[in-house]
Amino acid sequence: MNSTVYIAGLGVISAIGNNVAEHLAAFEQEQAGMGDITLFDSIHKHQLPVAEVKLSNRQLIEMTGLPERSSRTTLLSCIAAMEAWDDAGLGNTSGLRTGFISANSVGGMDKSEDFFVEFLADNNKGKLRNIFDHECGSMTEIVADKLGIKDFITTLSTACSSSANAIFYAARLIRNGVIDIAIAGGADALTKFTLNGFNTLMITDKQFCKPFDQNREGLNLGEGAGYVVLVSDKVMKALNKQPYCMISGYNNSNDAYHQTASSPDGTGSYLAMKGALQKAGLQPSDIDYINLHGTGTPNNDSSEGIAVKRLFDPNYPPMSSTKSFTGHTLGASGGVEAVFSALAIKHGLIYPNLRFETRMEELPFEPEKHFQSGQNIRHVMSNSFGFGGNCTSLIFSAI
Amino acid sequence: MKAYIRSAVCISPQKTFNSEGFLDEILRYNGTRLTVIEPDYKDYIDPKLARRMSSIIKRGVAAAKKCLEGTGIEAPDAIIAGTAFGCMEDTITFLTRMVEMNEEMLPPTAFIQSTHNTVAAQIALALQCHGYNNTFVHKGISFESSLFDALMLLDEKEAHNIIVGGTEEMVDVSFKVLSRLGLYRRQPVSNLDLLKAEAKGTMGGEGSAFFLVTDQASNDNLAELTAIKTYYQPENIGQTIVDFLEENKLTTSGIDLIITGRNGDIKNDAVYHQVNSDLFKDNALASYKHLCGEYPVASSFALWLAANMLKRQEIPQAVIERGSKERELKRILIYNHYQNKYHALMLVSAV
Repeated sequence: MNSTVYIAGLGVISAIGNNVAEHLAAFEQEQAGMGDITLFDSIHKHQLPVAEVKLSNRQLIEMTGLPERSSRTTLLSCIAAMEAWDDAGLGNTSGLRTGFISANSVGGMDKSEDFFVEFLADNNKGKLRNIFDHECGSMTEIVADKLGIKDFITTLSTACSSSANAIFYAARLIRNGVIDIAIAGGADALTKFTLNGFNTLMITDKQFCKPFDQNREGLNLGEGAGYVVLVSDKVMKALNKQPYCMISGYNNSNDAYHQTASSPDGTGSYLAMKGALQKAGLQPSDIDYINLHGTGTPNNDSSEGIAVKRLFDPNYPPMSSTKSFTGHTLGASGGVEAVFSALAIKHGLIYPNLRFETRMEELPFEPEKHFQSGQNIRHVMSNSFGFGGNCTSLIFSAI
Repeated sequence: MKAYIRSAVCISPQKTFNSEGFLDEILRYNGTRLTVIEPDYKDYIDPKLARRMSSIIKRGVAAAKKCLEGTGIEAPDAIIAGTAFGCMEDTITFLTRMVEMNEEMLPPTAFIQSTHNTVAAQIALALQCHGYNNTFVHKGISFESSLFDALMLLDEKEAHNIIVGGTEEMVDVSFKVLSRLGLYRRQPVSNLDLLKAEAKGTMGGEGSAFFLVTDQASNDNLAELTAIKTYYQPENIGQTIVDFLEENKLTTSGIDLIITGRNGDIKNDAVYHQVNSDLFKDNALASYKHLCGEYPVASSFALWLAANMLKRQEIPQAVIERGSKERELKRILIYNHYQNKYHALMLVSAV
């Protein structure tokens, strides 16, 4: 019941790289992934920077072998999940129960919004193949089929904390003995729907985002996918490989304040971080690095910052928002940042918070500005917060 | 892992929400789609707030609040919802405006309420519940996934009282698209004849059923959710069911009633006919989708039905498919499949 859950494999794709190695290089070179919109026509082209994965759908289809009609979300999910699975190198898993626990926020919306233009003009028009896989669950099902996983499949969707919750849930499934192995995380492709949605909230930055800066103006939308392979104690012992780390703590708490805005005192994020520490049996002073949710919106960073202050004051660990590299990958961000957290432990890394200039006036701390390697990183906290006050903190620990 | 069902609230195309009776007055619909009877929300939601909420959100909040009525519990420890399609009304509203207004001057409300976790989030907000909040969105097992999470949370002692539900709204656009995909009958039919004359397609439906599940024994509990399991493309469903019963130290003779997810579509129902005439040949059978229509979380209607049958020791006439001699209702097996890909079994017992 309380057995340890290990991370044995990692896979990630985002605007700064198509795999783990490319991400590590981008971090070291402090190279952000934002640029102009190229994936679709939009009035926001050249106005709002976005962080697109630098591969076309055509290239992703060739790499995955998935059908022509596939949603970009499915394609991104497949790339990162396959990388994680290969990285884990579990070999023959017969006799073991494997699950695919995935998350996304808008399913196949990139295809649905194409369908909808024609459909709106005439309800009998619009190519059905573009709407067939609209459901969030379709992405998971297609990738699970590709991976040959059928013992346990499910999909979570809690907005921007989606894939953090998928990892959390998968870890619980292993702890409860429901499955032995899980590929867990999530994916989201950039869509016009989400771009316009966030833009109506007036929380998108026309420049590259500046998380945790006094003069931050909002987020840059990104896209990507991130997955970890979680394994039970039993599976780990049979593996000829040192795991990256273990999942030692997790918690989900609800802000119960507003559908989109975070409470000024950061109730939800405070409770999530505190609960995760309790679960891990750790003190705030044990945390060596915090991968902040840090979207770059005035509201999130203030609320999250206040919550960090409530919990960590006066001893702050190094922290940063890697969204300054990848943009906000929404439902993928928890998975993407879980991969970064595991890499931080394995390689002793602290990621920089790009473009940081001015400390926020309500906070007595500021994020890390430069890439550091060779650090002794034993415990990493990763925050993911979403609409609906959904706040999740995960803690990854060295073995 | 098991849980008690303390309360069950169902908003459906039948009089299930405010009625003292138990499916004793069945509503007839002619067409290819059944729509829910919207409750009077002002008893549960401030009308000022309700005006901005889509139907699926109002239903979730009202059902959750009604689940807590008379239980002495002000807020649950966790809230979990299952929905395959999520907040369709708000999604369609925002998409339509985005296309029609060419991305300019869009109001944000529909977007912020379009995320799949809005229902669970709005319940948390209404009940001021800071606890665990999750939403499962996996096609025809969205509801079962939510219930499974709830059972694990109780088993982990992370929660004692959990609001868990399945909720789906059918808007005109989704009905049109799903019709074009061939899910529904081409000709109008009476829902009461849906299962009698099978044909290609079923009737579209919608509904919201929420439950308060708890680890606390009480005379007020409706039933016990003894076991739940989902399967993806099982090779032999008959054997899968036998194995499930065996895991619970049972055979079909220990089951007093089987509720299947028959929906009147020939291909869909063939799967049920096979087990009904073989494995379940000596069992009493019930079906329900002629009352609520087909939708991805329709099995939540079946769980509401089972919990009430066990508490009342009564099987409403409208759901009986194959009767048996009078016997005490101790155990009900709910078997539902979704497009023959996802299969789910729920074992519900009297307390």
